[in-house]
Amino acid sequence: MTDKKLHVPVMADLAAKGEKPEYLYWVGCAGAFDDRYQKVARAFAKILNHLEVSYAVLGKEESCTGDAAKRAGNEMLFQMQAMQNIEVLNGYEVDKIICTCPHCYNTLKNEYPELGGNYNVINYTEFLDEMIQAGKLKLENNPFKGESITYHDPCYLGRGNKIYDAPRNVVKAVFGDVKELKRSKSFGLCCGAGGAQMFKETEKGDKEVNIERTEEIIERKVDKVASACPFCMTMLTDGIKLKNKESELQNLDVAEIIEKALEL
Amino acid sequence: MTKQILFIISLAITLGVFAWSVKRLWAFFKLTKPSYPIKNIGARISHTLDVAFGQTKIFRKPVIGLMHALVFWGFLVITLGSIEIVIDGVFGLERSFAFTGWFYDFVMASGDIFALLIIIFIKAFSLRRSILRVKRFSGVEMSSKSYWDAQIALTFIGFLMLSLLAFNVGYISNHPNGYEGVYPVSAAIVNLVNADLGWLQEPGWWVHILLIFAFANYLPYSKHFHVFLSVPNVFLANLEPLTKYPNLESITKEVKLMLDPEAAYDESEEVARFGVKDVEDVSWKNYMDSLACTQCGRCTDVCPANITGKLLSPRKIFVDLRKRMDEKGPIAIKGEDDGKSLLRDYITEEELWACTTCNACAQECPIDISHPNLIMDMRRYLVMEEAAAPAELNAMFTNIENNGAPWQFSPEDRLKWTEG
Repeated sequence: MTDKKLHVPVMADLAAKGEKPEYLYWVGCAGAFDDRYQKVARAFAKILNHLEVSYAVLGKEESCTGDAAKRAGNEMLFQMQAMQNIEVLNGYEVDKIICTCPHCYNTLKNEYPELGGNYNVINYTEFLDEMIQAGKLKLENNPFKGESITYHDPCYLGRGNKIYDAPRNVVKAVFGDVKELKRSKSFGLCCGAGGAQMFKETEKGDKEVNIERTEEIIERKVDKVASACPFCMTMLTDGIKLKNKESELQNLDVAEIIEKALEL
Repeated sequence: MTKQILFIISLAITLGVFAWSVKRLWAFFKLTKPSYPIKNIGARISHTLDVAFGQTKIFRKPVIGLMHALVFWGFLVITLGSIEIVIDGVFGLERSFAFTGWFYDFVMASGDIFALLIIIFIKAFSLRRSILRVKRFSGVEMSSKSYWDAQIALTFIGFLMLSLLAFNVGYISNHPNGYEGVYPVSAAIVNLVNADLGWLQEPGWWVHILLIFAFANYLPYSKHFHVFLSVPNVFLANLEPLTKYPNLESITKEVKLMLDPEAAYDESEEVARFGVKDVEDVSWKNYMDSLACTQCGRCTDVCPANITGKLLSPRKIFVDLRKRMDEKGPIAIKGEDDGKSLLRDYITEEELWACTTCNACAQECPIDISHPNLIMDMRRYLVMEEAAAPAELNAMFTNIENNGAPWQFSPEDRLKWTEG
């Protein structure tokens, strides 16, 4: 099932045919290149196909939003990336953008407008929540019957942009209930990867942040932990591996839960 | 008449010393850079009502939060009483606000009750610091000066409340046939004590107001400056989403030039420096944050880097900024330099690179300080002025520049995920 080639429309191809999709799906570098997160990008594209949403991706024309460069202090590089991306997006007269990565989402939504990039930027958890509410996404199956789940808030989605309910609503639509962690919502603990930490060694300390968070998740005694960010996914998956808990506890992205429930 | 003259002299001294302190700080503020424009006054007012007067962020720690909120609300009503005392003192009156009727009764009664509550809570706060050893009250930035600063301020407040009660008790005793206002606690004391307490009125009044004068002039040199600055600091807070990190305008100009070589270069707008190295590079809001910070440590308490034993403590960034301004300000005003800087002499690179920009600190800060933004401003200096990023981050920059992704993958492969 996973090795099948997906049909994903590309902006340039549609433009050549004189078509303009309703949404642009911003895949992000992790969706494009990270082994684990490619599965999430595939899951979300399958859901879009299932819903028969009019969308496209930029493909080879997409480039890093510059989030990590900006937060690492390289404003020059960030703005060069931003200007190039804005030129491409404005060239296609893009209006609505859906992001899976909350870092891309935050940058496109909050930091691009002042540089000339004004779009209606939507996080995929909001989009999925809306589709469920509107009855377009029907979830009758629960392939996780009898399993419990918790949700880890990505900082750039939760504290950063106050999106707490949408991802929980989506998880609840399948699991029925979400067990909260001790530190959740605005009190949520970081996975340790934000602010360009993903790309460097950590400073000296007595513990890794992802281990601190993983231990908290293990303590909650759940079968699954849902997340909604590629960096969180890497950190939590590594944490679970390091703690040798892979057989009891798995990290799933919100999109993968829907993918499984729809048997896509 | 003598009382009036003595009072006016003490008031003049108080205002004079305070004006001198303000002038000193004003000169420091003039060294700093502009911040975001203060717009959306309506939104700012409602934000202030919520966070400052409603104490919503303080309540994120419910028990200690309630105690703080009661002390804060108590201060508000007691301040009305203090204004009355000043007017009484200057014009030789007694209870000059009594004409407001039921409002006066309400303010006096709540002030009287709050005075007792505040004495109890202040004692609890003080014991918590000396006995309980709360983790967030320790740390490298918490010197013994900081500990004593807290204890001095708590003592001040304790005696302020005791003297207020003494004044009320004396006032009631001196007016057995009826008096202005309602004083439930003081009236109970008068009933309980079988002696004439009228002598307490004058010394209570004087001690109370003179302590207020002394406290007001102690505050600008204390972390308890937050008594004055926290409400304005909340009003002037950054209302943007926490993770929105402002774009540098000077860079926008340069990037536009690079992308469009025909654009005219305006040489008059030469930027001195990218990012923050020392106190002259911070914004006035950063400096105000440092003055308003009470060093409560709620930021450091939730910082993932700090929790896991890294050197970073978000509180320290602002404690250091204030300290460095105390040191550098007077020198910079004279146009001189001491060869030191906030970066490295106070804040190390190791601290700055440990931040995950998760914004837990900013979320928690009861007066809306944004620590990550200042940390990233200092990273900007390191990266753009000194190219001093950790090696792995330089590799990440190169990847983005060459491949448009932080990892070393070709942009040609951007659709491979669809192939499975």
